Amino acid sequence: MRNLYFYAVFLLFLVLTSTVTWADSSGKITGKTESLSDGADIYKHICQSCHMSYGKGAEGAGARFPALAKNPKLQSGEYVASVVLNGMGTMPWFAVTLNDQQVANVVNYIRTHFDNHYTNAIKPDTVMMMRPHLTEEYE
Amino acid sequence: MPKPHHSLPFTRRQLLTRIGALAGSVALYQAMTSMGHASGTDFTRPPSLHGAKKGTKILVLGAGLAGMLSAYELRKAGYDVQILEFQNRSGGRNISLRAGDTVTELGGATQKVLFAQGNYFNPGPWRIPYHHQGLLYYCRQFGIELEPFIEVNHNAWLHSSNTFGGKSVRYREFSADFYGFTAELLAKSINQHKLDDIVSEDENHYLIEAMKSWGALTPDLSYTKGNISSWRRGFERPQGGGLEGAPVPSDVLSRKDIMKSGLWDWMAFNQRIDMQTTLFQPVGGMDQIGKGFARQVKDLITLNCKVTAISQNEQGVTVTYNDMAHGGAVRQMQADYCVCTIPLSILSQLDVQVEDAMKAAILAVPYASSVKIGLEFKRRFWEEDEQIYGGISFTDQPISQISYPSHGYFRKGPAVLLGGYLFGTPAYDYVGMPPQERLERALEQGSVIHLQYQKEFSNGVSFAWSRTPWVMGCCSMWTEEARRTHYKTLCSIDKRIVLAGEHASYVGCWQEGAILSALDAITRLHKRIVGAA
Ligand SMILES: Cc1cc2nc3c(=O)[nH]c(=O)nc-3n(C[C@H](O)[C@H](O)[C@H](O)COP(=O)(O)OP(=O)(O)OC[C@H]3O[C@@H](n4cnc5c(N)ncnc54)[C@H](O)[C@@H]3O)c2cc1C
Ligand code: HEC
Repeated sequence: MRNLYFYAVFLLFLVLTSTVTWADSSGKITGKTESLSDGADIYKHICQSCHMSYGKGAEGAGARFPALAKNPKLQSGEYVASVVLNGMGTMPWFAVTLNDQQVANVVNYIRTHFDNHYTNAIKPDTVMMMRPHLTEEYE
Repeated sequence: MPKPHHSLPFTRRQLLTRIGALAGSVALYQAMTSMGHASGTDFTRPPSLHGAKKGTKILVLGAGLAGMLSAYELRKAGYDVQILEFQNRSGGRNISLRAGDTVTELGGATQKVLFAQGNYFNPGPWRIPYHHQGLLYYCRQFGIELEPFIEVNHNAWLHSSNTFGGKSVRYREFSADFYGFTAELLAKSINQHKLDDIVSEDENHYLIEAMKSWGALTPDLSYTKGNISSWRRGFERPQGGGLEGAPVPSDVLSRKDIMKSGLWDWMAFNQRIDMQTTLFQPVGGMDQIGKGFARQVKDLITLNCKVTAISQNEQGVTVTYNDMAHGGAVRQMQADYCVCTIPLSILSQLDVQVEDAMKAAILAVPYASSVKIGLEFKRRFWEEDEQIYGGISFTDQPISQISYPSHGYFRKGPAVLLGGYLFGTPAYDYVGMPPQERLERALEQGSVIHLQYQKEFSNGVSFAWSRTPWVMGCCSMWTEEARRTHYKTLCSIDKRIVLAGEHASYVGCWQEGAILSALDAITRLHKRIVGAA
């Protein structure tokens, strides 16, 4: 069952990345990126693009990428994991691109770096339980 | 199978939309490929709006194509129109870079564009399909000159790191061999009665003939080295004149490698209606469109106004903004109605007084990330050494493609090409790098395809859309589920406010989307106003 689940996620990834509706994009995601495992790597190669190095955040034209540094919202690991899985406003969802371990690693990383000191780590199992539900087709 | 468990911070409704976002895409794919997009866009003629009550004031937010076109048509209809724009330029995502321009990203990284005079780079929009009739109509109307944009070039390269020994193959060779081998398999299967269950006898005959013709097969239905295949894929030694003019056929690639390479995806990409011949580009850079639009409405635009809040009541709309030309002084402007074309990536964080359902819609659309890299080389080695005139080479490296200029052929001197166009995970990765590192990577990866890269490189610039202060992303990323739940609301008129822009269209991430959305929004707004008058 579990394998099937992952296979489904993988399929979905292909379909999703190849067809999300913005049109000028290439037909599929090409180019490999470093296979990311530890939290620092995931942060650097994905999250840093918006939240900036050291989680500084940034201010645009009346909107911002919130700072993750010294951010009291990070107190709840589940909150952070939920944002990463589902996205939030402009921030895309990462439920499809990151597995449970990767989500847990990046969540735990930002909660213990950038002047955050929340040491109660979230576990991959907890992330798994929070995963958005895929339709029957894929189960 | 774990039971799904939904948790904070989302309401169930929001969560369902996002989840559906993951699931709905298969259907979306089918819908997109079989209809909608497939028939082009629905522009027929410009709106003809009559009977505006004189003195009715409409404030347009954002001077991209959607904003400027809204203002143009509304003024023509008799409204009193003004545009507020955050940047010190108009055009929005319609932008080109030239010598002397400066690109400053969120986070402060600054690049100076060092191209030779006359060269340009389109970091955003760069091609226009022939069926984007709305945009093309206004280009013609406003005297914006267009020229062909080359999408497919059979002499460009396809590159896959772990097939064909990592060597690039010509698009022409690959496509001939891919079609040839596929046709051979089908034709032989039919001939050997392997498809008798599904193909009737009289159809067999036509199918075999079709495969022979389509795939360049020999009379015995083989795709193999010889003159027939070489007329498609090119000869080892091309035809010449005189004594030694006879051509020498070329070897075909390995069928297994072709199927394994995944490179057929790029051919499928080029077959989409959006990429079909004829495509256009404005002569002199994509920003000629923005400039052409601006000529029509220049007197209506106030630059350097950062809108922070939009409120409304029975009497009208009040927009609050920072006047960036005067130290960010807080100012307000009143109007009867408002057409807001600010991208949702920004609008979702502004203080906007609309119904809850509209607020939810504004929050429901994440923005994709993208990076484009422009490289200037001292000479057109792709033309001079490799006979590549325009078009695109594709690779499975992060840069994903190299696109050669569709203009200025045969010129001597430096020229600019698109040295990388990144999406998805690679885009996040490259957005997060210092600009210098992006260039280095693009050079390294491009060198795999063109040995001349290191020697001929002159300078370059990268554009990271997520770090662009006024859009903080590339384009809206709608999914079928989010459309179902939020799209109609997003496009509805919320008392005195209507949204327009690429995000309020089914032609997402195309300028045509901005045009069609604007025309639809102002037409409905006008009807509402006239009806209410
Ligand atoms: C990488 C890339 C490639 C693309 N390729 C193509 C292509 O090949 N062909 C094609 O047709 N289209 C392409 N597009 C899509 C096209 O660029 C857009 O669809 C179109 O330009 C959007 O126009 P718009 O008016 O909706 O938005 P915009 O042009 O973004 O206009 C919105 C305006 O609002 C302003 N603004 C933002 N915040 C505020 C604020 N707080 N106060 C006041 N003003 C504000 C912005 O500065 C901007 O001027 C591409 C886009 C990208 C990013
Ligand atoms: C494409 C840009 C982008 C990327 C990439 C991105 N985020 Fe975000 N993130 C945002 C934006 C924008 C918001 C704020 C959304 C809002 O308030 O509407 C946000 C919000 C958040 C929040 C909530 C902060 C708060 O104060 O409530 C967290 C936590 C977060 N992001 C973590 C991450 C992590 C971890 C990653 C990498 C896996 C990541 N983000 C990648 C754009 C991004």
